[in-house]
Amino acid sequence: MTAVASDTTSIHAALGLTDAEYERICELLKRQPNHLELAMYAVMWSEHCSYKSSRRHLARLPTEAPWVLVGPGENAGVVDVGDGIAVAVRIESHNHPSAIEPYQGAATGVGGILRDIFTMGARPIALADPLRVGPLDEPRSNWIAEGIVSGISGYGNSVGVPTVAGEFVSCETYRDNPLVNVAALGIMPTERLVLGRATEVGSAAVLMGASTGRDGIGGVSVLASAGFDEAVDDATKRPSVQVGDPFEEKRLIEACLELLEAGLVSGIQDLGGAGLTCAASETASRGGTGMEVDVSVVPLRQHGMEPFEIMTSESQERMLAIVSPANVDRVLEICSRWEVSATVVGRVTGDGMLRVRDGVGGELLAEVPARTLHDDAPSYDRPMRPPADLAFRRSVDPAADPAAGSSSDCAADLLAMLADPSWVYRQYDHQLFLNTVVGPGRDATLLRLRDPRDGTPTGRGLAVSVDGNHRWCDADPRGGTAMVVVEAALNLACVGADPLALVNCLNFGNPTHPEVMWQLSEAIDGMAEACDALGVPVVGGNVSLYNETNGTNISPTPVVCLLGVHPDLVRRPVADELPPGTALMLLAPPGPAAHDVDAALDVAAEQTASVADGPARQVALGGSRWAWERRGCRDGALPELDLAGSVATARFVAAAVRDGLVHCAHDVSDGGIAVAIAEMCCHGGAGVHARVPSLGSPAPAARALFAEPPGRVLVAVEPGNVERLASAAAAAAVACRPLGSFGGSRVQIGRIAEPGFDIDLALEDTRARWSGALPEVFSQPVEEAAA
Amino acid sequence: MSAATNVPMSVTVGVVQFPGTNCDLDTIDALADLGARTALLRSDETSLGGVDAVVIPGGFAHGDYLRTGAIARFSPIMNAVASFAGAGGPVVGICNGFQVLTEAGLLPGALRPNAGLSFLCQPQQLIMASVNHALGHGLSPSDQLSIPINHFEGNYVCDRATLQRLHTNGQIVMRYVANPNGSVDNIAGVCNEAGNVVGLMPHPERATSELLGSADGRKLLEALLCAAASTRQAVGFHAA
Repeated sequence: MTAVASDTTSIHAALGLTDAEYERICELLKRQPNHLELAMYAVMWSEHCSYKSSRRHLARLPTEAPWVLVGPGENAGVVDVGDGIAVAVRIESHNHPSAIEPYQGAATGVGGILRDIFTMGARPIALADPLRVGPLDEPRSNWIAEGIVSGISGYGNSVGVPTVAGEFVSCETYRDNPLVNVAALGIMPTERLVLGRATEVGSAAVLMGASTGRDGIGGVSVLASAGFDEAVDDATKRPSVQVGDPFEEKRLIEACLELLEAGLVSGIQDLGGAGLTCAASETASRGGTGMEVDVSVVPLRQHGMEPFEIMTSESQERMLAIVSPANVDRVLEICSRWEVSATVVGRVTGDGMLRVRDGVGGELLAEVPARTLHDDAPSYDRPMRPPADLAFRRSVDPAADPAAGSSSDCAADLLAMLADPSWVYRQYDHQLFLNTVVGPGRDATLLRLRDPRDGTPTGRGLAVSVDGNHRWCDADPRGGTAMVVVEAALNLACVGADPLALVNCLNFGNPTHPEVMWQLSEAIDGMAEACDALGVPVVGGNVSLYNETNGTNISPTPVVCLLGVHPDLVRRPVADELPPGTALMLLAPPGPAAHDVDAALDVAAEQTASVADGPARQVALGGSRWAWERRGCRDGALPELDLAGSVATARFVAAAVRDGLVHCAHDVSDGGIAVAIAEMCCHGGAGVHARVPSLGSPAPAARALFAEPPGRVLVAVEPGNVERLASAAAAAAVACRPLGSFGGSRVQIGRIAEPGFDIDLALEDTRARWSGALPEVFSQPVEEAAA
Repeated sequence: MSAATNVPMSVTVGVVQFPGTNCDLDTIDALADLGARTALLRSDETSLGGVDAVVIPGGFAHGDYLRTGAIARFSPIMNAVASFAGAGGPVVGICNGFQVLTEAGLLPGALRPNAGLSFLCQPQQLIMASVNHALGHGLSPSDQLSIPINHFEGNYVCDRATLQRLHTNGQIVMRYVANPNGSVDNIAGVCNEAGNVVGLMPHPERATSELLGSADGRKLLEALLCAAASTRQAVGFHAA
């Protein structure tokens, strides 16, 4: 018996398959696929599911370490954190759904990532949401941003997993294509680890959770694997966005964890992108088995659904469990107690085929070798090429822009770049489970690590930081990505944690554009270099391509989620408040070429300002937030990265925080040292009197204040500890330089060896601007009352 | 002397779990940390099993669909909770639990969406208004506490006559120092006339350790355990 035939030669393009891909399917099947089979290949061979453009590049990332239990390729990466505890971590994008329907797009992103975590047997304990949106003063971007935050709040809070970290970035590159990345962490006893495999022939495939509807059909192929052409098309794509139900997901989590705890399922897989097709074929092909699915018993939300709709629907809150026949009744009973629908929809077979039938022994609707949906997915070595104007762009100095001149108002620049993100994270429950020691809004989040068996605190902590920087990666995808990884490590160091594992979400444009493939390849190399330097494995990731609108690609935006461990929470960073007289010091990799942090060299550089070798001694301003946002200049070279020195700095800072040598620490990131100092003042409720290194000559104030050379950390130090910190830093070959002290009611920042202050603001005004920036831009316009 | 040593070790607190409740385990952890025994009470149960006090914890009972607490109030367990409350047993609703208690008519007033129409999870400064209730033992009026809030619907409302009654009877349990949600008279928590049923929007279980930012919530939970112990001696609920 062969599956029912239908002529499919003319429809593959509409499903997102190329002519060559269609021919390959015919070759594999030795016949034409029918409509349902073609739909299954279309979703599984989509960019989103198959990584066909990125696979060969991703292979260059380091993925191994003794503590890695599960690396890339499974639902989530899993690492051993000691005490018999394993941590599952995963990051995904939900960019295109969020562009079309921000609330549901973001909400279902949260739901999907949680299923990836509890699929592994882990209880989800934390979410992190790096978000990127268009200019907030434009109504549509404002609406998208508010919808995304509401969606995460509405779903995450209700499903009962705290959102403990995130980013909130606004830039015109994301105007029509926002980036919604979602990361999740889960913990489990190491022995609980479950893999999504169907190994035992004869086992039942149990579909759990929500009924299957027409929502989200073709989500991965229509939405995630193509760019946007015209905004007017958005409405036609809206039915491809799924609709989330956090209450269903909450019950599904509890039911699945109980099934796993009781050892009643041998494999489990969530139904995300590509729905039942993906779950059935993945569990079968990973287990080296086949599966027969009966679409007639799948609980449906709507009447008259076609088999291809049932097999590719992306309706949310569904799981596929592989259960021994002897355990089926107990599984159904536990699901019933949690009010979770559960139906046996198939069984594991031994012949490697994925068959879809209409009723037991009924019509054979599809029959394909399960592994061909995965293993035979195409892998492309797409052409790549650096942009033609690369050399020119890198030769530009944003500070030399004649329009900028010397009249720049540094105080105004500073104020424009300050924004307290609490408007975002206070909408998220970030405290549930009683683990949050350092919450969102700081360098990194620090959570209590408790034994998942009985909740006993281990005394240790888990640290998380999510980071990306499209400006750096636009200037230089390789160096920029390495800087992003370094920043994440410095963020962990600021809460006293050491890095353990990384997951990435690679958000790029259209991979058929050679410049985009070059960016992707370069970014992966930069990430590999930084991870190697830190000794951190990449345990999972997600690639989001086709982030383009009308042919314009977004700036390359690799985002990383770095997981770390804090060995002893007793030695955590102390409260924010900065007592008057607290010293402000800079820790950084030594080396005048990048940082010029040594006072003697700083002065020497200024004295030789007129000498022709000046430019070589400057820290570049390319890719800085100041250049992009305050000068409208996207050109320029990135500052140099001293990887080894930055790693040494991160290790030193983490140790200094744990040893109580510093009161608190804050890494210098976008906006440069002035923004970082002002943020410390706002958090600490104290003014400051500081002089910062000039970073080379010629030395306009903006370079000293707003350049973003990597590897720098600011620390607030009690006066009695200044000497100890300085000698410890010297022993660790980390540069340590006093910049001034906190206290008073003014934020005063100047340059070393320059008279006066470049910035002199009232602390009160600075804080008002910082805390008011986001609430102001999101305040609702007053509606005129109808007469 | 550590406050925890004041707590009678034999007190058992029942913590109600509706489908969608998510602060149940946190509440149990916090109470257990104070030395109490705890029992998880599923919403489809009809008996409280002889507990000495009941906490209805925070979360999203039944997904908060329809209206917060509107479906949960019809759960079988709520009949048992109402009988227990009617007999003077201490019942505390935290956040979503407060919403359930107002829907069930065990507390006056209602909780509307926050005035700013956004969810708020943040530390909150509170002032105790009265102490003649199940969370008052060991506290004084005007004691200031720092306890986080975590809600979308925390905007307490009631009619003028009810508000007058709350004042007259000392039924306002605590107020916000800076009102985050538009709540009438800055009310953060109220009790019934007898004082044995208390509802509050802040989450005391989230403020039980300096490691998590504040330990002020322990004072309220310890007060509940004392109320449970004394009610038990007086009424003998454990035999019920």
